[in-house]
Amino acid sequence: MLIAVLLFAIAFGAVSILPSEMFSSLKHFFEGKDPANIYEGVFIQLRLPRVLLCAITGAILAVSGVLMQGLFRNPIVEPGLVGTSAGAALGASIVFVMAPNFSPAFKSFTGPLLVPLVAFAGALMATYIVYALAKSAKRVSIMSLLLIGIAVNAVCLSGTGFMSYIARDPQARSITFWNLGTFSGASWQQVFIVGTVASIIFIFSLRYSKQLNTLLLGEEEAGYLGVDADKLKMRIMLLNTAMVSVATAFVGVISFMGLIVPHVLRLLIGSDNKKLLPASMIAGALLLVLADMCARLILAPAEVPIGIITSLVGAPVFIILLKRFNVVNEKGGYHA
Amino acid sequence: MKKEDTMLKTQNLYYRIGKKLILNGINTEFNPGEFNMILGPNGSGKSSFLKIFSGEINKYEGTVFYGQEKIVHLKKEELAKHRAVMSQQPELSFPLMVEEVVMMGRYPHFSFNPNKKDEDICNEVMDRMNLASFKERNYLTLSGGEKQRVQYARVLAQVWEKPAIGCRYLFLDEPLTSLDINYQQEFLQIAREFTKADTVMVAVMHDINLAIQYADKLFFLKEGELVAHGKPKDILSEELIKKVFNVSVTIINNPVTNNPLVVYGSG
Repeated sequence: MLIAVLLFAIAFGAVSILPSEMFSSLKHFFEGKDPANIYEGVFIQLRLPRVLLCAITGAILAVSGVLMQGLFRNPIVEPGLVGTSAGAALGASIVFVMAPNFSPAFKSFTGPLLVPLVAFAGALMATYIVYALAKSAKRVSIMSLLLIGIAVNAVCLSGTGFMSYIARDPQARSITFWNLGTFSGASWQQVFIVGTVASIIFIFSLRYSKQLNTLLLGEEEAGYLGVDADKLKMRIMLLNTAMVSVATAFVGVISFMGLIVPHVLRLLIGSDNKKLLPASMIAGALLLVLADMCARLILAPAEVPIGIITSLVGAPVFIILLKRFNVVNEKGGYHA
Repeated sequence: MKKEDTMLKTQNLYYRIGKKLILNGINTEFNPGEFNMILGPNGSGKSSFLKIFSGEINKYEGTVFYGQEKIVHLKKEELAKHRAVMSQQPELSFPLMVEEVVMMGRYPHFSFNPNKKDEDICNEVMDRMNLASFKERNYLTLSGGEKQRVQYARVLAQVWEKPAIGCRYLFLDEPLTSLDINYQQEFLQIAREFTKADTVMVAVMHDINLAIQYADKLFFLKEGELVAHGKPKDILSEELIKKVFNVSVTIINNPVTNNPLVVYGSG
């Protein structure tokens, strides 16, 4: 199914590509030759990296949603909650507005990676601040993480707001677009970086899935089952921050994916993280590739920012699911 | 194996929350093969005491020994293989099937996937707890008493096998709260069977008469101090209950069991 959707997504776009062209393009690519025509070029230079980056990002966001919701024992958590996305957005908007004032040496050093690097730094910094402030006496309480996350998000948001306020028009547009996410700049380099980080972290997350299950019972019970909850929390935060920061740095903020995918899957296959994590990788990849395909096709040849699609489609679907399955009971509990 | 090598011992336990002294120098020994029950009024430090020797609370003064080994030298994951704890009202944050919850009890024993033995143990425990028909039910839709049975099954599954050397440790914090009288008896019966098979068993209890019926030793806590301990018949007195709970009672002979029977009110 995933492969079918990937092929579909590669084929359709402002320029349609035939399967035969994909095949010959790949053949030329592996033979080290240049693409024979524009279709092959579009496929190998634009469409393929874009779809791959999209799939990896979707998987990252969904896995991150599972990790965060498991960690916070709270179904409303999404990856951005601990400041990661907002910090990245602030970093990116600073670059958009202030870049003319940066020293040329710095700019030539970073090259095209200027926005991603600063966004990545912003994401890490915001998350670290949340974590450091929430920490008291060696323990990190979930509640203070949540509350301080909200506060730091607000600060970053106002910083981003200020940047758009002082920005000139085209810069302000860049900020807006970045906050809605886009894959139009996808390149093989990005696929390589994000893909490497993602595969390492996915392996680690799977290793922690059993321990993450015990957290469903609460930290005290997890401890009785031999799990060091404080250590586990720290590791999961670290994994999550690393992968969300990397993905967000390249593609911008994509909302709702991390929230909705874990919920849909819990309704379908239950909450055992051993099944939930791999399933969310696949489902996340699938959904985001589909969303990106819509983003490319709706106003073709122009593009709609993907964040608009994910929120616009995601939110109603989410509400229908909640109502249909009567998931939230009157005590605020959660059952499927 | 000598008793000293397996018993649970606490030495000079002091525990404070802020300035309030919760435990005030507790020295006790819990022997394998004996059903030990802790009684005391609300806020007397029973749960804190249990959490300290379970390993959950670690900021206290004094020492806890598992046999000859200090608890601070034991690794959490090693301890979890032969020490299980049932705490008050654990809840689940997301839906899981009953059998998935019970399987968590086996988590300390396998690394990623359960093997045949783990599955067999879970099935056996669920049968014993009359949960066989609940296996695929969503835990969050169960009643309070049913949830408690599932948690009990999980905890029992954790230490279901007798260890090759040493013994098991099973600690229960008010395990009977939401159970009907049938399951209360059933629970304590199973706990007693465990106790006899190389287990150090400690339970925090509220019902004095149930405690008398099943306990080998009673431990009375008041304001963080161990006021009395010993065999029920040896230590129970109307004065003791008055002193610990500030309730007037009359103790008569239970004609069915020949044990003491605590009746509320004094004649």
